[in-house]
Amino acid sequence: MNVTGTLITIAAVLVAALAIAGLNIWLERRLLGLWQDRYGPNRVGPFGLLQVLADMIKIFTKEDWIPPFADKPVFVIAPGIIVVTTLIAFAVIPYAPGVVVSGLDIGVLFFLAMSSLGVYSVVLAGWASDSKYALIGGLRAVAQMLGYEVYLGLSIMGVVMLAGSFNLRLIVEAQRNLWFCIPQFLGLVIFFIAGVAEAHRLPFDLPEAESELVAGYHSEYSGMKFALFFFGEYLGITLISAMIATLFFGGWLGPWLPPLAWFALKTFFFICFFILLRASLPRPRYDQLMAWGWKIMLPLALANILVTGAVIVTRG
Amino acid sequence: MWSHLRSMWLVFLHAFRKRETVLYPEVKPAIPPRWRGRIILSRDPDGGERCVACYLCAVACPVDCIALQAAEDEYGRRYPAFFRINFSRCIFCGFCEEACPTCAIQLTPDFEMGEYHRASLVYEKEDLLISGPGKYPGYNFYRVAGLAISGKAKGEAENEAPPVDVKSLLP
Repeated sequence: MNVTGTLITIAAVLVAALAIAGLNIWLERRLLGLWQDRYGPNRVGPFGLLQVLADMIKIFTKEDWIPPFADKPVFVIAPGIIVVTTLIAFAVIPYAPGVVVSGLDIGVLFFLAMSSLGVYSVVLAGWASDSKYALIGGLRAVAQMLGYEVYLGLSIMGVVMLAGSFNLRLIVEAQRNLWFCIPQFLGLVIFFIAGVAEAHRLPFDLPEAESELVAGYHSEYSGMKFALFFFGEYLGITLISAMIATLFFGGWLGPWLPPLAWFALKTFFFICFFILLRASLPRPRYDQLMAWGWKIMLPLALANILVTGAVIVTRG
Repeated sequence: MWSHLRSMWLVFLHAFRKRETVLYPEVKPAIPPRWRGRIILSRDPDGGERCVACYLCAVACPVDCIALQAAEDEYGRRYPAFFRINFSRCIFCGFCEEACPTCAIQLTPDFEMGEYHRASLVYEKEDLLISGPGKYPGYNFYRVAGLAISGKAKGEAENEAPPVDVKSLLP
């Protein structure tokens, strides 16, 4: 692909990712409203779509307060990290044949690396805030993400083995006959649960558990920096949804509609599923979360790899 | 795990339920007649003020939002010279209505009292007085009370016998 084409793709992906993350806020509020028998924001603009804009204007004009006891440079850098790393991870996702920022051969590893780097944002925010709630939130985030990171990676290995490549484009191509959600159903479930924990979304939002930790790692944040955390979270949801669509549901593959539309539809479906999770499930206790991760999910992910490998070997 | 999936399904089914929200400015909510909203001062059926400025409402008010000053007209009827309710303090408890011996002060099913300035929330007597009898049509305090005012001596009220002359021996 030539340079201008790549630049156009980068700009399009950037704008689309940011716009979708913004719209996610509106979508989440409307869907939560729908599932709780109310309306959600429906006043500003058609269907309340401009609510996001109004919120942005509001949050830009809010006082951006840095507590005097905070570690200033780290405090300022932390919220940027999660947005940057998540946005970078969007680079390897193939949206349609030929529409990809970087067709890295190690696309899956790149995604895992970038989403792991996101934990720095949370832990640095917790540390720099110099407040007990933020610190506890940050520590929880580290332990949770370490635990869930392990089998987030392991759960994809079945897919990688079946496709025989770390390149996301080849993984999608390999699903032309059968989406990996069927042979790798266990991997899908594990990846999804790990993805929820990775994006620290409800029900695994222990790092920010507002009923016990005020707001967790971003307790001390306000104004635009708080908005960045918020934004990073929604970018994370979009990223994980796009990855689920790519790895297990055949990415852009599908009949009748153009490839990009299929990709967008599948991603949209999983974003909605994330929101349904939030609407319906309670938050587990922290030790339950950790025990679940290490004692059940990790062995399951390993068993999944073993069985997949055995099947591939016996088939030759 | 099964219960989680079940609760997710049940929550999803709520997408097809009727929404509980009342879209307020377009759809007015149904307000029961005993709703405790904006306070008014009513008049008796003859058009006179019911309030006799007894101060009981001001005493009963837990937040001291009622201020008034008693006066008396040439017929011997008491009335408030001024009557002021500070609605920025009022908690709409309805104690004033319960305390009122003449059914003058009443709470109405009106809640749309938003103002841009606090000072506009202080209602004077002319803001509070309405032209009708409110919840109690036909009730006139001076017609049922034993109090003598000019034009109505003792014993002339409804359901009232003339007073007994205790100094007379006649039956």
